[in-house]
Amino acid sequence: MIYSAIGRAGNDGEKDRSDCLITVELAPSGGVQISLVSKVQALFGESIHALCRQVADFFEMQHARIIIADKGALPFVLAARLEAAIKKVLPTDKEFLLDMLPENSYSSTWDSHRFSRLYLPGNTPSLMINAGLHKPNAVILDLEDAVAHDKKNEARFLVRNALRSVDFKGAERMVRINQLPGGLDDLDVIIPHQVHVVLVPKCENAHQLQLVNERIAAIQQKNKQCQPVWLMPIVETAMGVVNVFEIASSKNVVAVAIGLEDYTADIGVNRTPSGTESLFARYQLVNACKAAGVQPIDSVFSDVADSEGLAQNVIQSKALGFEGMGCIHPRQIRVIHEHFAPGVQEIAYAKKIVTAFEVANQQGLGVVSLGTKMIDAPIVKRAQRTIKLAIAMNKLSPNWKENTTDFENR
Amino acid sequence: MNKSGSRVINAIGRAVPTTVNGKPVVPYKGIGKHRPEGKKFGPRISFCADFPDDGDKRVVTLQDALLKAGLKDGMTISTHHHFRNGDLIAVQIFDIAAALGIKDLVWFPSASFECHAPLIKYLEDGTIHHIEGSMNGQLGRFTSAGKMKGTGVLRSHGGRYQAVQDGEVEIDIAVIAAPTADFFGNASGVEGTAACGLLGFALVDSQYADKVIVVTDNIVPFPCIPWQIQGNYVDYVVEVAQVGMPSKIVSGTTEVTKSPDRLLIAELTARFCQHAGLIQDGFSFQAGAGGTSLSIGIYFAEILKAKGMKARFARGGSNQYLVSMLEEELVEYILDGQTFDLEGVRSMRENPRHVSTSPFTSYNYHGKGNFASMLDVVILGATEVDVNFNANVVTHSDGVLLHGIGGWQNCLFAKCTILPIPLFRDRIPVIRDEVTTLCGPGELIDVIVTERGLAINPLRTDLIDKIKDSGLPVKSIQELKAEAEKICGTPARIEFEEEIVAVVKWVDGTILDVIRKIKA
Repeated sequence: MIYSAIGRAGNDGEKDRSDCLITVELAPSGGVQISLVSKVQALFGESIHALCRQVADFFEMQHARIIIADKGALPFVLAARLEAAIKKVLPTDKEFLLDMLPENSYSSTWDSHRFSRLYLPGNTPSLMINAGLHKPNAVILDLEDAVAHDKKNEARFLVRNALRSVDFKGAERMVRINQLPGGLDDLDVIIPHQVHVVLVPKCENAHQLQLVNERIAAIQQKNKQCQPVWLMPIVETAMGVVNVFEIASSKNVVAVAIGLEDYTADIGVNRTPSGTESLFARYQLVNACKAAGVQPIDSVFSDVADSEGLAQNVIQSKALGFEGMGCIHPRQIRVIHEHFAPGVQEIAYAKKIVTAFEVANQQGLGVVSLGTKMIDAPIVKRAQRTIKLAIAMNKLSPNWKENTTDFENR
Repeated sequence: MNKSGSRVINAIGRAVPTTVNGKPVVPYKGIGKHRPEGKKFGPRISFCADFPDDGDKRVVTLQDALLKAGLKDGMTISTHHHFRNGDLIAVQIFDIAAALGIKDLVWFPSASFECHAPLIKYLEDGTIHHIEGSMNGQLGRFTSAGKMKGTGVLRSHGGRYQAVQDGEVEIDIAVIAAPTADFFGNASGVEGTAACGLLGFALVDSQYADKVIVVTDNIVPFPCIPWQIQGNYVDYVVEVAQVGMPSKIVSGTTEVTKSPDRLLIAELTARFCQHAGLIQDGFSFQAGAGGTSLSIGIYFAEILKAKGMKARFARGGSNQYLVSMLEEELVEYILDGQTFDLEGVRSMRENPRHVSTSPFTSYNYHGKGNFASMLDVVILGATEVDVNFNANVVTHSDGVLLHGIGGWQNCLFAKCTILPIPLFRDRIPVIRDEVTTLCGPGELIDVIVTERGLAINPLRTDLIDKIKDSGLPVKSIQELKAEAEKICGTPARIEFEEEIVAVVKWVDGTILDVIRKIKA
């Protein structure tokens, strides 16, 4: 990296909110001078000064001017911006870390539901702060496509700080790294901060995932951490589709997503609403995921205003075997949950089967039957899964068995 | 400089002056505690022989009309905000006054907008002494900087009617800009290129001002129907090329919010109303013009439709969404105070169930009742709320005056007052220990709804009871405040200069709070 005399990080465009632009200029003498213009000056001017002073001291800045144009940035944003700006002028391996929120220490399981994953551009703090309130199954702090090329570096610090300081309210915490090999360096910054799932874009083979796993293991060893970090590769090319089974069956992979914008570009066709051009890829991906025992995840639906179109898309997607979809706006979350969740008839049928199974067990019968029909073991398993899901999504009371009317209905 | 005399602590604990602009004033005594005595203000008796028998009261220019009306130093001149940011008349009045060398006028608008920022030069050169009404945007900043010669007076729409009716403010010349009028002075807001719906804010001026000038760009032959302003109150009629800018008459805040956080607040508000049993067949509501309020209206419509119920009436500010509720018969009547978009104007023109109202019918506290207290639910905004549910709508947390009160204070008398507000704006927490400026007493504010939960005023045990099993995220107001401060940090206390730059009147004319000069 080439160090210059002026480092700058952040945004203060017309539409930027909860952000700031910080410029650090090394000076030959005069100590550290901070000049602040802020819309919250009257309320937080002193606390912004104090925080910036603390960061400057931490990085042992001797003589510099720090110029802050603030648009209501929260402390985790200010600290990330200042650190990124300082690191452009000063070689250092140190990291300025704010305290990790205790409520952020929850973990995730490999088979968590991943119906909705809300993409959050990695350099846009205003979209991160309340993301958890919309109750997506997961949030994706995106370092890849949502971040402009010249902002890649500063976005890492912002995402790292968000992982520590933003409460995503129980959503699974995902980060989409950049395409390899650059994406491996993203891991160094983010992995120690309670990342549940790493999204690996433009994944084409198992070797790439091996590199990611090895880097994560090395980082965790260095930091004496051991919690699992799952992988969700994104298949976005013809080659990725060819190799999707080896991708899906790689270590730590819990789901494979398909990225249709890039895929259709790669095979040289236009993406259409009916999606016939990507049917092969989607079938292939679903089949490979099921064979490997991981979740197949569909591409995002890009028309945010069209919730009817989204609903149709989800219904189709579920019918193909997908188990989730990315969201680019919180408004999409409810529609996605609603239509991926088990329907009323599906739940009613599953209740009958599970009840019949339990009755058969109690009576010591080896064969489960519903009326005159024999029920096979896989059908029972699917019904149990439906019930578990329905309860998890508030579609069914956990005490449904005690409800006598349910028994009468069998 | 002490422009306001001595101070006393009023019934809500604020230090307020006993005189404002040289006139004695009454400190706030509590809700319903200040009982007015005596008679209403009596305007001068008019005499038909002074007016042309053919009814033609036209004069050639606005300047002629102002001179005929006796424009002179120290007068109080009123204008109205039914053209919102598209008003072209108020500034012209003071252009004329300044050219004539007239000084120390009091501007008494029903509200001010950014289009009135050019008046700052007349506040600076002494043409205008002070403003009584509202000081928005740049005018607010000017006032907060202590640059206005006199002390600003902020009143609600109902308070403006009350102040004129009670004789607290004597209007010397009222200039009523009208989209359509006849030569006799009958005026209407529903027709003409500058159609804005209704002229209710000007009613009190027509009734009580010494001289009344109607200005229009659309003269129709007598009679102008409907005569929202009656020509029998009018002295002069002036025809101008353009009275208002139609594109700016439509309010900027009439689009449903796309912000996911605000939609969340709107949805939570609607769910609260539903669980609290507020949405019933035959109920009534008022929601403002902001994006969040509009979304709440849409949720109300969905709930009514799903349950096969209808509202008896809704109070406007009307807009396309409220109009579609009227046309889908989800609402039987709109009792409208102002129309926020052209659909509102069209509906008022065409639909007899879309009724024009005024601050007299809707808000005046010194009347024999008003509509505001009959409403089942009112949805309002606020810049700040404190832990005692007191709320601020005029200043921001940095202490700068930026908004008027509007009908906000008057609406607090509804049976359930709900403030849906974001818990913090960028980094600024909305819930404070004490509001910067107290505009509404907490005992009238029932529910605060934020994206992170809602707080119910402990006084409303009935509401608390009703929603205790609803599963809604109910928190105490202190909990909400702590949650915001955990994210934003604790804001510093703002320090002000001693000087009072404006006072906030309560609906009964008493002094509720003051606004002090910002420290430079």
